[in-house]
Amino acid sequence: MPTSPPPPTWDTRRQRRQARLQRATQAGIGRHVEAARIKTLLETVIAPGDRVCMEGNNQKQADFLAQALSECDPQQLHHLHLVQSVLALPSHVDLFERGIASRLDFSFSGPQGGRLARLVQDRRIEIGAIHTYLELFGRYFVDLTPDVCLITAQSADAAGNLYTGPNTEDTPLIVEATAFKSGIVIAQVNERVEHLPRVDVPGDWVDYVVVAPRPNHIEPLFTRDPAQITEIQILMAMMAIKGIYAEYGITRLNHGIGFDTAAIELLLPTYATALGLKGKICTHWALNPHPTLIPAIESGFVQSVHSFGSEVGMDAYIAARSDVFFTGADGSMRSNRAFSQTAGLYACDLFIGSTLQIDLAGNSSTATLGRITGFGGAPNMGSDPHGRRHASPAWLKAGREAAGPQTIRGRKLVVQCVETFREHMTPVFVEQLDAWKLQESLGMALPPIMIYGDDVTHLVTEEGIANLLLCRTPEEREQAIRGVAGFTPVGLARDQAQVDQLRARGVIRRVEDLGIDPRLATRDLLAARSVKDLVRWSGGLYTPPSRFRNW
Amino acid sequence: MNLPQPSPPSRGPSFYEATARQRVNRLLDAQSFTEFLPPQGAHSSPHLALLGLPGALDDGVVIGSGTLGGKPVLIIAQEGQFLGGAVGEMHGAKIVGLLQRAVRDKPLAVLFLVDSGGVRLHEANAGLIALSEIMRAVLDTRAAGIPVFALIGGVCGAFGGMGIVSRLCSAILMSEQGRLALSGPEVIETVAGVEEFDSRDRALVWRVTGGKHRYLMGDCLALVEDDVEDFRQTTLALLAHWEETAPELHTLRAEQERLSQRCTQFCGLRDGLEVWAALGVPNPQQIPLLERDALVTLRQGLSL
Amino acid sequence: MDQLTFQFPAQPCKPSAKASLCGVVSSGNLEVLITQGAQPNGCEVSIHTSAQGFAPIWQAVLADFAAHHALGGTAITINDMGATPAVVTLRLGQAFRDYCGGAQ
Repeated sequence: MPTSPPPPTWDTRRQRRQARLQRATQAGIGRHVEAARIKTLLETVIAPGDRVCMEGNNQKQADFLAQALSECDPQQLHHLHLVQSVLALPSHVDLFERGIASRLDFSFSGPQGGRLARLVQDRRIEIGAIHTYLELFGRYFVDLTPDVCLITAQSADAAGNLYTGPNTEDTPLIVEATAFKSGIVIAQVNERVEHLPRVDVPGDWVDYVVVAPRPNHIEPLFTRDPAQITEIQILMAMMAIKGIYAEYGITRLNHGIGFDTAAIELLLPTYATALGLKGKICTHWALNPHPTLIPAIESGFVQSVHSFGSEVGMDAYIAARSDVFFTGADGSMRSNRAFSQTAGLYACDLFIGSTLQIDLAGNSSTATLGRITGFGGAPNMGSDPHGRRHASPAWLKAGREAAGPQTIRGRKLVVQCVETFREHMTPVFVEQLDAWKLQESLGMALPPIMIYGDDVTHLVTEEGIANLLLCRTPEEREQAIRGVAGFTPVGLARDQAQVDQLRARGVIRRVEDLGIDPRLATRDLLAARSVKDLVRWSGGLYTPPSRFRNW
Repeated sequence: MNLPQPSPPSRGPSFYEATARQRVNRLLDAQSFTEFLPPQGAHSSPHLALLGLPGALDDGVVIGSGTLGGKPVLIIAQEGQFLGGAVGEMHGAKIVGLLQRAVRDKPLAVLFLVDSGGVRLHEANAGLIALSEIMRAVLDTRAAGIPVFALIGGVCGAFGGMGIVSRLCSAILMSEQGRLALSGPEVIETVAGVEEFDSRDRALVWRVTGGKHRYLMGDCLALVEDDVEDFRQTTLALLAHWEETAPELHTLRAEQERLSQRCTQFCGLRDGLEVWAALGVPNPQQIPLLERDALVTLRQGLSL
Repeated sequence: MDQLTFQFPAQPCKPSAKASLCGVVSSGNLEVLITQGAQPNGCEVSIHTSAQGFAPIWQAVLADFAAHHALGGTAITINDMGATPAVVTLRLGQAFRDYCGGAQ
């Protein structure tokens, strides 16, 4: 008689989870974990080869849990596969140096970019891919689902319910992907309280809670001191407002985090108001709570802001402006990186940001040699979503400029705003991006390009605006880019006759073509010239970190 | 705490942001300024060129004459953006020459717009000698009955030798952004360690060297807004009734006694907040956010 | 430090001031002094710059400025601490405006 195969089992993940929880119980660890026993917990419920997500957003960090994991015994924990949006802390990289983790899928590494590149060259780390945030979040629910996640929240109650505070960021999404695929959720919190202000993550999705010895680290990444905004940035901001925002009627948008876009934010109450644009542009935002947006909000420019995360010092101001920001019944903001990225990708008509290099096809990148940093959210927001189906005047106008009046789809405006030279006379416009050399030296599948040239619609430099939508051939496009590349080698190699012709057609527009008086481009035009001015605008509700103060 | 109403900041030309030349032109009566040793004569530092550094045509200080409220004054303005306003040989010689001219020409006053971290290290002893000559020249000018007012509100504040020079002047006018001290924050941190003083904690730096602290301590006579026009109006108001008295031995002794007592009174305190509490300021945390007028009112209420 | 000198042909200008000075020698910034020069149909420029090896870019920036402004009869003195061409052009424009009293 032939033997029949054993009946299939369909709950191996759940069984595995139960076994791990049981081992922890046997080790005497319950839902509320003492900080001193955290390494024991990690070594008990994590197994070699697990996919682990350590919550490292671009602002708040599960720093206590990351440190503890990096100090675990590599004999017990090894070959971990990290799947996390940001690799920001030294302890994250220590995991690879100590042989605890060996594979990485991520989005952004910022300050750890140099160490990461060395590990790749030494073949001590295998990088799956450098994603955009939305791609990585998507893959959490497809093929990169975490087995264990180490997250962070402001506070927990006895039942393990979590309150994230305004920096909700990635937490709900990470927990959802882990908890509903039989993974294990471990949370570090700043405090245990009797009553939470609100529940951001239900307690029955959370397995373990530990009160960390120190509050989680939050970096003020989005604070730009108006004192550092230059006259050139103010001139470019005037061009962007008059030559792009006003002409397309941009109401829904996202800004990058540089000084160029901070300048635009600070010109809304002054220059844009003088142009009669209040109520006509910049009403709805997918944006972190930039302190430099306060004057525009107080001037009545802004109707709504949804945020990826919060910003240090902005919490009281946000709570007092609940018409503008998304806040809970408790008064504090709830941010959400995944939703805000989706909003930036699909619901906005314009993205504007800066970059370090732009090539002749308009590809741009912040990647530099010897560093693997990734780009986080910029590629999501700085791309034209072909799946978009709703129309807006700005989107239609851009689509028609690109493909004529009969086109069946519009275009998102993707604007790069750069001074042609950076500090130390480094040209921004280049024949070839460093990204290509980086790809070659590190054996990457793709060059790390932040925004693809075919998504870019406009370039703003101190020399003028190039509208790439109006270019009809790759050659025209190249000359339009050269035509605003100033005195960089790329700019000096322009075909002057062709550039003149592009200018006659309005593809390239100079300051004078836009009717802008460059003499107005002084710091007196900024609605706030210092962080103290921002505090005044906020009525004292904004409390900037000490490093931004001179009072 | 009562929060102020949200309000756009005042929009006068910022003293803090202005260059030395802009400060001079806006402070004095319009069109009244005549520059001595103007930049087209090129009086830049001979030392910097030897070190391969580009100099400034005025070596970082503007000197000249003009009128304030119709009355003749001489004026000195250091450029804080050029090498931190540091005093080199040429820079110092220009200041000393201007002060000597004041003794000769007897203007209503000398206005000294201090914006300097002290001696220019590139010029070493030449800079140190220049600083000591400036100190002597300030005292000589005052001894001749001509007031010297230090106006402090620039990016570099008044540190090192220029901190001493400022305190030798007849009076100090400061904005909140201004800073006044001997050793700069970075110097203290380098010498004594970050535990002693964290120079990157900017709020702390301002709580122990900034204009509000100096005003509460009585180290500056007037606290003004960061607005060139307010510096001008406050200077005019003070000069209207000013009688310069040369320092005398008994007043110097009294001042020495006052400073010794201050040393004892605040010994061991590590932060402006603690000092203000000891001065009897209710709710010291509110001080950094207070507007100028409110702070002036608060100080009048203290029994100092 | 580089020391550079250039000469450009230019339309004569009508000065309304003896000299004009704009900018400060500080990081990423420069000072520009315009005074009367020897050649009514030319402009002489003398530069001290902390950034080495950028003579061709200075040449291009100044030639472009001279082509668009009546600089004849002027001498321009520049002390630079690594200003970008955008800042150089801005300061030249400010100094030239002051030198000509607003008439360009």
